[in-house]
Amino acid sequence: MELLAFGKTGWGDELFYATLMTIAVSVTAMLIGFVFALIFTPLKLSKYKSLNLIGNFYTTVIRGVPELLVIYLFFFGGSGAIMYVASIFGYFEYIEINAFITGSMAIGIISGAYSTEVFRGAIQSIDKGQFEAAKVLGVGKFAQFYKIILPQMLRLAIPNLSNVWQITLKDTSLISVTGLVEIMRQSYIAAGSTRDPLFFYSFAAVLYLLLTYLSMKLINRLEARYSRGY
Amino acid sequence: MDFDLMFTSFPKLLGATVVTLKLLSVSLFFGLFLGLLFAILRLNKNILINKFAYGYSYVFRGTPLLVQIFIIYFGLGQIEYLRSTFLWVILKEPYWCAIIAFTLNTGAYTSEILRSAFQTIKPGIIEAGKSLGITNKIIFYKIQIPIAIRQSLPAYGNEIILMMKGTSLASTVTLMDLTGVAKYIISTTFKPIEVFIVAGGIYLFMTFIIHNLIKYLEKKYSFQQ
Repeated sequence: MELLAFGKTGWGDELFYATLMTIAVSVTAMLIGFVFALIFTPLKLSKYKSLNLIGNFYTTVIRGVPELLVIYLFFFGGSGAIMYVASIFGYFEYIEINAFITGSMAIGIISGAYSTEVFRGAIQSIDKGQFEAAKVLGVGKFAQFYKIILPQMLRLAIPNLSNVWQITLKDTSLISVTGLVEIMRQSYIAAGSTRDPLFFYSFAAVLYLLLTYLSMKLINRLEARYSRGY
Repeated sequence: MDFDLMFTSFPKLLGATVVTLKLLSVSLFFGLFLGLLFAILRLNKNILINKFAYGYSYVFRGTPLLVQIFIIYFGLGQIEYLRSTFLWVILKEPYWCAIIAFTLNTGAYTSEILRSAFQTIKPGIIEAGKSLGITNKIIFYKIQIPIAIRQSLPAYGNEIILMMKGTSLASTVTLMDLTGVAKYIISTTFKPIEVFIVAGGIYLFMTFIIHNLIKYLEKKYSFQQ
């Protein structure tokens, strides 16, 4: 227990901040994923074959390649890509991007591929009549999406999105290879300096279990809220 | 684009693919048995056994695979007692530690897949077997298990693909699998995009093969013939 004390003697506060970091990366990645899903879901549902192809390419490649490989691509290729863009604008200094941004981007792109599939499935399972009824009533495209399709879609999507959240949360442990101090990295540091890896990695497992447990509780409440009337 | 690098790294990566495939097939083989065992325990009426099986799948599905590998590889070696037993011969090898972690992980997911498959078997099928005078044991082995395996094929196909991606974590415990070699080439040449295309291509190809194999099996063993 002394190992978990707060302050200078133990690792309690470090692990606490690391847990907050894990949550922050997961939430950021999930939101980045939503942005990607917002771009790629319409592409996948589009009438045009070429747009479908782009959407399918994204989801197939990302879901077929290990997360770790994607993270390495971003970790080693991220600053190179930014520097290349900067060099076009005439800036030639070395640019280093923050591990938080690289990590969230990498996990976000992965999470986005899963979210895209979830949204596509949810929209496709909404009755065609709903779209037609909205059209007949003269509801604008914008209101149709936000007031009619989205609420129905969310009800169907939330259970699957909760799976995506779980995957995203667990994937953040992989960013530890880039040196971002989240639960896994902090446990690695603590295990190294106290020579007690069994304790610290088991504690990390408990922290992850706690996070998945609490988020499940929260999501169940959301689910109940969005399925009112069913 | 450095095409030369792509050509020269391809054979190296292909060699590493063998390691990936070995890790995948061995852990899937053991994981399937473990999954079947725990699925059967989940259906047991004894609450203690039931809770134990549920706890196993909850813990292994609720924590990242990376934590599981690290606990087994770095953590277990710390227990003095283990070092003196024959288990240490296995546990000091990163290869076997990775296999144990993957097996336990895929076992947890497989047990959930098989459990839900067992539960969706129509009671009428079991009753029909009983009314024909077939013993419970034979009903279980010859009727329930084959139907459950067929039912869970699509979900199990996904699990195989997830596990294939999971084997990439073996590179974190010094094993040179496909991802490990890819990372090594990236960090020595600083050409991440080229290496990613080649290594990612190999992974995608394996995904493609697995996907089609499962589709073929689904068709072959479909109920409507």
